[in-house]
Amino acid sequence: MPDSDVLIRAAGLTKRFGEFTAVDGIDFELRRGEAFGFLGPNGAGKSSTMRMIGCVSPPSSGTLTILGLDSVAQGQAIRGRLGVVPQEDTLDVDLTVRENLLVYGRYFGLPRAVIAERTTRLLEFVQLADRAGDQVDPLSGGMKRRLTIARSLINEPEILLLDEPTTGLDPQARHVVWDRLFRLKQQGVTLVLTTHYMDEAEQLCDRLVVMDGGRIAAGGSPRELIDQYATPEVLELRFQPSDHDQAVEKLADFPAERIEVLADRLLLYVADGDAALAAARRRGVEPLTSLVRRSTLEDVFLRLTGRRLED
Amino acid sequence: MAVASAAAGAGHAGAGPAGSGPGSPAPGGAGVLAVRALRFWLVNYRRTWRGSIYTSVANPVLYLGAMGLGLGTLVDQHGTGRLGGVSYLAFLAPGLLAATGMQTAMNESTFPVMAAVKWLKTYQAAVATPLRPGDLFRGHLLFTALRVLMNSAIFLAVMAAFGAVQSAWVIAALPVCVLTGLAFAAPVEAWAITRDKDTSFSLLIRFGLIPLFLFSGTFFPVTQLPGWIQPVAYATPLWHGVALCRSLSLGTADVGGSLLHVAYLVVLTVAGLLAGQHFYRRRLYV
Repeated sequence: MPDSDVLIRAAGLTKRFGEFTAVDGIDFELRRGEAFGFLGPNGAGKSSTMRMIGCVSPPSSGTLTILGLDSVAQGQAIRGRLGVVPQEDTLDVDLTVRENLLVYGRYFGLPRAVIAERTTRLLEFVQLADRAGDQVDPLSGGMKRRLTIARSLINEPEILLLDEPTTGLDPQARHVVWDRLFRLKQQGVTLVLTTHYMDEAEQLCDRLVVMDGGRIAAGGSPRELIDQYATPEVLELRFQPSDHDQAVEKLADFPAERIEVLADRLLLYVADGDAALAAARRRGVEPLTSLVRRSTLEDVFLRLTGRRLED
Repeated sequence: MAVASAAAGAGHAGAGPAGSGPGSPAPGGAGVLAVRALRFWLVNYRRTWRGSIYTSVANPVLYLGAMGLGLGTLVDQHGTGRLGGVSYLAFLAPGLLAATGMQTAMNESTFPVMAAVKWLKTYQAAVATPLRPGDLFRGHLLFTALRVLMNSAIFLAVMAAFGAVQSAWVIAALPVCVLTGLAFAAPVEAWAITRDKDTSFSLLIRFGLIPLFLFSGTFFPVTQLPGWIQPVAYATPLWHGVALCRSLSLGTADVGGSLLHVAYLVVLTVAGLLAGQHFYRRRLYV
């Protein structure tokens, strides 16, 4: 791959807070035009990584090159070419929607006329054109998120950083945000996002790394990760609590590629879920409910870390 | 279509570094960047300036009326030799003028800092842009200086209307007020950014601001204080501001003394500037 297409390159990137190591020597490369995700549970080191990429958190060790520049020595120049959607809204709630974009555009030194022209376009894009003159405070959570996205685009960034872009939003608002992000991606904007929602990662990311305990456990496209770390199908079996342990025993040598015993159910990783269910019944296993589904990133995460994502 | 802005991310790609095209971020030195940070405060102030003007006018009218005229009549009856032979009103007014500079500076450099770093996270939003922590600090100080200038100018106008000015030199008291304000604001903002609870500010006001206001020569000459405590009063920044404003308003200023006062306030301001640069960075680049 030509070097000019690598927008972000991290080698041995580490962030320590006192004794605690939040990010533990990770390596990754991010290419122009792709949507790249950091998937992991809370505390995995995603946000710390994101803040280092945003050049507001100096790495403890390792190197981080963004747009060909050093993230520490040339942080200011890099920040001028990034858009940032932080995890927590940082809008000026006392100002109007339009004033928020004006103030933010001025931080980048953009002329007033340029900001005004972009504001109209961006508010249209995030479906807030009719709220331009309204104060931000009473807007819904989804609207504030969309406004934050519009604000992050005011400097026409080459890379857009999104830290947990839909955390705390209701399902409908999430879908609106996803739709807008998907459009940005279609327009060629390079997206970097963190998430602990596997559906968000599957929908938006071309490529992602699974983070756990400050390290990268695996990386690839969602499809590759599922193919590599899970089976095509999963059979989920739920039992009466009293039957649970007995069923686990009966299935101990069941010919599944892998069996995960969770507190409330069993997950059998198999090629054919229906066939596996029939085979399990023949062994005298009678589940309360059963479900055959395709593998997801959740299964990948479980396989890699032994834990579930959203616990 | 619509979001050409966003698509321009891809457009930039072949076109060389961003910052070269029309409408791209203009480069800027530290001063320019501080002015960009100042803009945030100005846009915000547009919403609240009316209420603040009311306070800025009412305060001097009330104080000069009650203390300068009311109490002053009593004081003047007992002779004003110890005040330098001027009326109590003429003695008090420039002291209060300097205190207004301090008061305004303290208001702008405590709770607003906490709001920006903790409650609203305005600083965190701004630091993701080309602005650096030090730019935000200096931008906020610029706004503080403007507010001090505004309030001092209003105070001075009221003071003149009360007939409490004796020399045209008093106009030089305005920059003195700004300097006095900065001598407080720079170190206090540098300290405020390190705070996690606003109770710190109540303590500062109770044990710092109010004693200074009362015992820095604002209401009576420091020579009236017990001898052992006088050096403490002379060490406070407010006393230097009060002494300067008073000598300018009464027309008794001399060059050597004035320069000493100014130097003291400048030293405090510079120390605050250095500390703020450090502490803002430590708080915002974690």
